[in-house]
Order: sequence, then C-alpha cells, then structure tokens
Amino acid sequence: MDPVSESVRHLDLAEVPLRSVNALLHGREVDDLPALAPGEDVVLTHPQGAHAVAVGLDSPRQVRIEGHVGYYAAGMNQRADVVIDGNAGVGVAENMMSGSVTVLGNASQAAGATAHGGLLVVHGDAAARCGISMKGVDIVVGGSIGHMSAFMAQAGRLVVRGDAGDALGDSIYEARLYVRGEVASLGADCVAKQMRPEHHEELAALLKAAGYEDDDTAAYTRYGSARELYHFDVDNAY
Amino acid sequence: MDAHDLAQRGLRPSATYDAATIHDIQRAAATGVYDIRGGGAKRAVPHFDDLLFLGASMSRYPLEGYRERCGTDVVLGARHARYPLLLDIPVTIAGMSFGALSGRAKEALGRGASEAGTSTTTGDGGMTPEERGQSKHLVYQYLPSRYGMNPDDLRQADAIEIVLGQGAKPGGGGMLLGQKISERVAGMRTLPQGIDQRSACRHPDWTGPDDLTIKIAELREITDHEKPIFVKVGASRPSYDVKLAVHAGADVVVVDGMQGGTAATQDVFIENVGIPTLAAVPQAVQALRELGVHRSGADAVQLIVSGGIRTGADVAKAMALGADAVSIGTAALIALGDNDPRWSAEYEAVGSAAGYYDDYQDGRDPAGISTQDDELAARLDPVAGGRRLANYLRVLTMEAQTIARACGKAHVQHLEPEDLVALTVESAAMARVPLAGTSWVPGSAGSPGAGYGG
Repeated sequence: MDPVSESVRHLDLAEVPLRSVNALLHGREVDDLPALAPGEDVVLTHPQGAHAVAVGLDSPRQVRIEGHVGYYAAGMNQRADVVIDGNAGVGVAENMMSGSVTVLGNASQAAGATAHGGLLVVHGDAAARCGISMKGVDIVVGGSIGHMSAFMAQAGRLVVRGDAGDALGDSIYEARLYVRGEVASLGADCVAKQMRPEHHEELAALLKAAGYEDDDTAAYTRYGSARELYHFDVDNAY
Repeated sequence: MDAHDLAQRGLRPSATYDAATIHDIQRAAATGVYDIRGGGAKRAVPHFDDLLFLGASMSRYPLEGYRERCGTDVVLGARHARYPLLLDIPVTIAGMSFGALSGRAKEALGRGASEAGTSTTTGDGGMTPEERGQSKHLVYQYLPSRYGMNPDDLRQADAIEIVLGQGAKPGGGGMLLGQKISERVAGMRTLPQGIDQRSACRHPDWTGPDDLTIKIAELREITDHEKPIFVKVGASRPSYDVKLAVHAGADVVVVDGMQGGTAATQDVFIENVGIPTLAAVPQAVQALRELGVHRSGADAVQLIVSGGIRTGADVAKAMALGADAVSIGTAALIALGDNDPRWSAEYEAVGSAAGYYDDYQDGRDPAGISTQDDELAARLDPVAGGRRLANYLRVLTMEAQTIARACGKAHVQHLEPEDLVALTVESAAMARVPLAGTSWVPGSAGSPGAGYGG
C-alpha cells in the first residue's frame, strides 16, 4: 500500500471494540466516534488475532492492520485496499468482490475462498484450500500453498511462486493456475497446460501487480481443467 | 390387467422385487448410470398422518370455530438480530434456487408469500431482482457453493440462512444438470453454460461447529447485526446438530426431514439417507429445551420444520410437537401448478404422468416451473401462480387455526404434545406421544401421559 493519505484515522482494537471498528468502516457513526470521511484511510492497531476484522467494507479507502488477524479478515471486501502487516487466519478475503487485500506474512486455510474479484496477495505461504471455489479473484502467493488448493475453482487466476500441495485444482472449472515450483499432485480433472503468449502476458501482469515483476514467467507451469467432469456419466460418478 | 386379475392367474408379486424395483434394475442394466430425480423420499415412513389431535372435551374448553381469535403470527430471530422477521403466518417458503426453478416461478413464490404475509427463501444460485422485488420477507441462503453470493444481496436480505444440508440428501451437495444451465443461470453462478453443475457438499471456509461460530459472527459483522441468522440442517442427527447450531449462535434452526424435496439428486440418496420429519422434530425440540431456548422469551431460538408439510393438520401437528413455524417446498410448487392434470398429455410425452412428475432435473417441466426454457417458463403466470400460492397458504393457516381452536388454543403456537396421540407404535415412539387409547409412549420411562419428559 502506498503511504496513507493525509487523512488517517487510527483505531486501537485494544481499546475500541471490533463491532465499533467495523461499524465505522461501514460508514456509520459510533457513539462518540465521528463517521469516517469519504476516502479517509484507517490504521488498525493491536488486532491480536481477532476474527472478522475489517469485514464487509464497501468504500474506496486504504485500511492497514498492524498485527496478526484471525478468521475472515477483510471478508467480502468491496473497493477497499487492505494491508495486513502480519499473519492472517482462516478465510482471509473470503468472497472478496473488488479492491485488494495484501498479507505481508502467511495466510491460513481457505485464503480467498469463493472470492469473485479483486486481488489477494499473500507474501508468505498460504495453507490448505487456498483459492477454494474462487469465482474470479486474482490470487498471488509469494511462497507455497497447501493441499486442496483451487478446489472447484470456477474463475480467476491463482499464481504460486513456490510449491503446491496435494490435489491442486481438484474438480476445477475455468480458473487458471500458475505454479513455479513443484506440485505434489493434481486433483481430479486438473491438468498441466501449455503456456501460450497470452498466458505469459497475463502472468506477468499478475506478478507485477503483486510486486514480483522480476520473475521469469517461463519458470511457471499453467494448470487448468481438462473439462472431462463437465458432464456426468458412469465413469465420473465417484 | 389389475392386481386382482393377476392374482386370479396365480401371479403373486414379490414384496422384495416389486415392479418398481424390477424396473430400476432393468434401467440400471440398460443405461449404466444411476437415477437422478427431483422430489423427496417416496417410501412410506411414519409421518404426521399417523398422529391425531384429541380435541377439547369435558376437561378441555374449545374456542368458537370462526369468531374467536386464534393467532398465527410468529417472530423469528429476535435473539440477536436488530430486525427479526415478523411473519403473519407460521408457514414459510423453503429455499429453492433460481436455476432449479424459472425466474417466473421464483417471482410467483415471492408474490404468494408476500400476499400471505410470510417469507420466501432464495436457493443455491443467488438472489434475482424479480424475487427480491416481489418478496416482502426474503431469506438469503448461504450455501457451500456460494454461487452468486455477494455482500450487496446479503445486506438487502431480511434474514440469512446458513445451509448445512437438506432433508433429501443430508451430507450431499447439489447438482444442476446442463440443460438448465442457461446463459443467465451460468452467469449468476460463474460457470460455463450447459455443463452439469455440482455444488459442494461442505462449506469452503469452515469445517466444524467452532468455525461456524466464527462464521456467524462474521456475517453479523458484515450486516451490522441487523439480520436473523438461520442454520438449516438435513435431519440425520438433529439432537446434536440443533445443539451445535444454537451454540454457534443461530437465531433460528431449520430441520428438514427426508420427505423434503430436491431439484436433482440420486434416487438412492433421497430414499436411503436421513430420517423422517416426524422423528426429527421431537429430537430437535428436546435439544432446544435442554439448552433452555425453546419458546423461552427474548433469548429463544425458533425451530422451523420442513419435509412433507401438505395440510393445515401437518402444520398444526408440527407446531404441537414444538416447531415455531414450518416450511413448504414441494407443496408450494404444486400450488403454483406443478403436476397439474391440464398438462397430462405432455407429462405422458416426457415419460411421466400428472401427479407423478419428478424430473425437475430435466428442465422440460410441462408446467413451466422447474425449467429454464423460455417457452415452457412462459406457461406460468407469476401473478396467477402467486395468487394460487397465497390461497393455499391461507387454507393451511385456516386449517391449522381450526384444529387449534378445537383444542382450545388462542394461538397456533399454544398447541402442545399433550394434544396429540399416535396411531402406530412407530409414530408414537418417534413423536413421543401416547399410542391412541393408551398412556403408552414407547421408549419412555413408562409414566402415563405425553411429552418429552415422560
């Protein structure tokens, strides 16, 4: 995130209840705290692993969370740019629609689950089920991802600079996966695919957006759907 | 040739290999695929038909059948939500997806429910503008697939229903076959058009009751604690599931028995997984009672029961057993015009018959309800369909009131197990009410009388 703008609201989660913080971020007035001005950026301190921090945002502002967060941080984000200066628990940026979420540390399971849009960047590792049921989001993981990632991934792009765990892309639909390292195993109906020029171009843009523009796209392998499970028959009825 | 003629010829049908079973084996051998169909369990299971009301007598004082007030309103989700659902009648419309049903059918459900003062529910495929627009009270389902899930719709919903399962297929995900994945349906679900779509059977970002607690808290935060949160389970282990849902923070628990319908599931799944609605209700009620949240005032968790609710008697019996409201799906579709004899010739043409049609997965519904074919869908007038549904909902309500008054109750929610007896040992054991003419509640400690503590 760029340096925050001149107008920055500092909120200490050790003092202000999470409910009040989220209500403020939703544009509401809370007790004696004035509502945020349009575009007013926010710095949240002392999250101490709290769940549901900065969820349901729906305005273009920058939110910086200084510390580790629990489950579902920045869930269902719309338009806001959220930076988590720490690790994130389960389901960071789940069902994000737009905007961006950046995790400077590691992310737990189900990062970016079911997200429809926006950009999720995890600079560390992401655990199991990263990008599960993703529906259009772009996810870039600086490190490695765990098993069952991109399960039933429908749309969007997942970039992994490290390795991927077992069953990558199981039952995948139309999402595109780019992995630089080793893939422990591919899930049902997920196959390696040729990197055509448009894929190099797409991957380069994603890496650049995440701050990894120096990566060689030729080092990556593309994975996607073999489209053999798209219609039921006795052979895939397991 | 009827059964009598066959018997006269000495031809005796096998109870094990009856005609339908023989047909199933022959069909499986011919096609190599399993049967997928809509609807709920067809097998005979103990049901509300096996219960009777005692009615008032010397020791009970009835209300006058028409004039005396018998309330039907219900409040759902007042435990935590700023805006609980206030319904005029205790019969709601269950979740059925746009995709499984046409847009016009969803609109008709909204119209009918709104006219009758009750809620309708989205389904596995997101919220359509016509459904939102025509539904005074709309419950937005939060399903494992999260198809079409977005925070804008979440905020404009009147309640949120987290779906863990449904009675037709506890433990199973959904499916919507390619013939119904139209351009619009595909767009709403972010899927390629025309594929056979699978819906996940478990949620992608939580895996157990502890996680569900955190998920519910997240949904409350996103919606600023305004909406009631329902948790829906398919009836399998309702005692545990209800307790866990309440502990996780549910304001309302929905328990769907095995007679509850589906748009498309394997026949073997529908018929062999889950327990009857009748067996589930007392377990769910007992769970709420043990937690002190059954009809307990401001902190109460409401119970909605679904799966085979057809008449006002079913409504009254479910409520007498402890449900706060019921949900209907299959019956609502019939009210709209599903299986109407006017389409008999066309039901025959697709290999079925009026009254038997259950190929909701197929997309060729002659009544234009379970289809995405524009020409077929145009057969259902959403205004007329909504009116039929509202009529039906009114009849269900009046029937339930009739029974409640006969039992001396000034509100349908005042019905109680003491008002009921059972016709069979099985139903007595499941419903935990006495076998008619006795004080015997099979499985109880032997004390006379009805009720869950017996």
